[in-house]
Amino acid sequence: MENIRVLVAKPGLDGHDRGAKIIARSFRDAGFEVIYTGLRQTPEEIVEAALQEDANVVALSLLSGAHNTLFPKIVKMLHAAGMNDVLVIGGGVIPEEDIPGLKAAGVAAIFTPGTPTAEPIAFIKNFFADK
Amino acid sequence: MNEKLRANRAKYDELVAKITAKRPERTNLRHNRLFTPLDLEGFDYMEKLGFPGEYPFTRGPQPTMYRGRFWTMRMYAGFGNAKESNERYKYLLSLAKKGARGNLSIAFDLPTQIGYDSDDQISEGEVGKVGVAIDSLADMEVLFDGIPLDKVSTSMTINAPAAVLLAMYIAVAEKQGVTMDQLEGTIQNDILKEYSARGTYIFPTKPSMRLITNIFEFCSKNVPSWNTISISGYHIREAGSTAAQEIAFTLADGIAYVEAAIKAGMDVDDFAGRLSFFWNAHNDMLEEVCKFRAARRMWAKIMKERFNAKSAKSMMMRFHTQTAGSTLTAQQPENNIVRVAIQTMAACLGGTQSLHTNSKDEAMALPNEAAVMVALRTQQIVAYESGAGDTIDPLAGSYYVEALTNDLEEKAWDYIKKIDDMGGAAVAIDKGYIQREIEDSSYKYQQEVERKERIIVGVNEFVVKEGPVTGLLRVDPSIGVAQAARLKELRANRDNEAVAAKLAALKAACEDENANMMPVILDAVRVYATLGEICNTMRSVFGLYKI
Repeated sequence: MENIRVLVAKPGLDGHDRGAKIIARSFRDAGFEVIYTGLRQTPEEIVEAALQEDANVVALSLLSGAHNTLFPKIVKMLHAAGMNDVLVIGGGVIPEEDIPGLKAAGVAAIFTPGTPTAEPIAFIKNFFADK
Repeated sequence: MNEKLRANRAKYDELVAKITAKRPERTNLRHNRLFTPLDLEGFDYMEKLGFPGEYPFTRGPQPTMYRGRFWTMRMYAGFGNAKESNERYKYLLSLAKKGARGNLSIAFDLPTQIGYDSDDQISEGEVGKVGVAIDSLADMEVLFDGIPLDKVSTSMTINAPAAVLLAMYIAVAEKQGVTMDQLEGTIQNDILKEYSARGTYIFPTKPSMRLITNIFEFCSKNVPSWNTISISGYHIREAGSTAAQEIAFTLADGIAYVEAAIKAGMDVDDFAGRLSFFWNAHNDMLEEVCKFRAARRMWAKIMKERFNAKSAKSMMMRFHTQTAGSTLTAQQPENNIVRVAIQTMAACLGGTQSLHTNSKDEAMALPNEAAVMVALRTQQIVAYESGAGDTIDPLAGSYYVEALTNDLEEKAWDYIKKIDDMGGAAVAIDKGYIQREIEDSSYKYQQEVERKERIIVGVNEFVVKEGPVTGLLRVDPSIGVAQAARLKELRANRDNEAVAAKLAALKAACEDENANMMPVILDAVRVYATLGEICNTMRSVFGLYKI
């Protein structure tokens, strides 16, 4: 698939956007079309932006610990809005033991601190390789 | 002498050229090979350094520094509800040296930092997560239960709603029979770096700056031992800046606050002595020491020459330091103890007034008690066992340290000049200039890590296979529900007529640019108006900051 469109989104209230900005920039360098939402986006705003931008991927970054509440909620709302094919991935300060639950809720992959940017890039490219 | 030295230096350089032609040096070296007196030609001791406690304060703000007493070991903490955090504070006070004034550092959760009640829709999932949830004076009373406020000094990491939390602190003290003039502590109250790096802003720049100068004025008259602001480079560095950028963007913010207070009619020496700073202690230990020294020298010069301060207290930079959270790795977390120890040494050799040391598990969660104890013990070991605090500014006079201090200073002045030309820090932030500079540095750093031009032990080199870490602190997810229930009870039992009247008075004060907001906020807090109600009232007049 050409022109993979990625929405990099910051749900929750934390202001740690160093990771989100690095991800946005490295995704751009990798050839994706990237939209970064900015801080403090509600699930409603993220779903709205994903629809508007016709995103193929929603990449969520959250470092406040609210991931177990907000990530599943966003996935549910994306599906409710008819975006069943959108690939949702996440990153941030997320304990290992929370990852199975997030995956079960529909987050395809969680990238934890120290992950090289090449990993999510490869993950996305791989996902869309035969699409 | 320099001719002879120059000749010898040339000889050495030739030799090195020959050797490196055969055996190249390591790549990606960040500092020069060697420093000699040639790097400090024309160095004037009294101009550049002076003596501790004297202008330009390069060597430290006090004449005896740690020979009198060590820096304040101040551990940032808070999570869950007020009761849980109160227990953690009592535990921390029990670990500290007995007899001295106790030290607390309060971490608030994000809804509190952004001025929302726990039962607000926007607070979902965030209540009690990164700090303690405070909705009203009732929570604050529990937070400091059994902690006499005339026996502790309390730092509160609170910015946009700093006036409200300070008012709650004053109101709790009143209930304990402690008057405002006995209170010691700090509020962060630094909104400009929230816009540029940390993200917990509420109001637009103008009303935010007004709130800050209102606090300066109120405290100079009523809470004289309170540090009214902690001008912070910490978060700028965490967001990815370099050391020189950390100095420059922070001092530029400081200049903006001083200008705003002078413009509001205050005399510089009436408030400047209570300005404090907050720096990061990163991994490059010697560069960090130079950063602290350069920052002190620059601030003294700014206060004296730019703002014509007369009092030495106005020129002397006092600062808190925190070890760099962004250097902690989720991989091989034990290694973080060593990183923190090196950063602690940087803060000590750089002459900090207080220090928070991060815990080894903080790349994954809030720290558990055992990890916090090791972090505090790290400071105590550096202080009591290493001897590094016996001599004041012990690295002064090193060719390397003095040259690097000069170099950082020069780079930081260049940035400050650029920011001045743009119209000051607030304008530079509105234009996105400071954010872009930080972002570029952060991306460059990340690329260096990914290309292995910068080695992070356990992350891109010396990697081992590890199992998941256990024993992480978890915040009870039901806390949001419990806080909401507490709020419901509060709203049912307080004098709601009084609350409405005080909120109306607050609104009127918001609309009157010449009013000081502090007394009306204090009145509202005393009748148990909630943080959300107070901030919503202010939002209705001030509006919201938009990037």
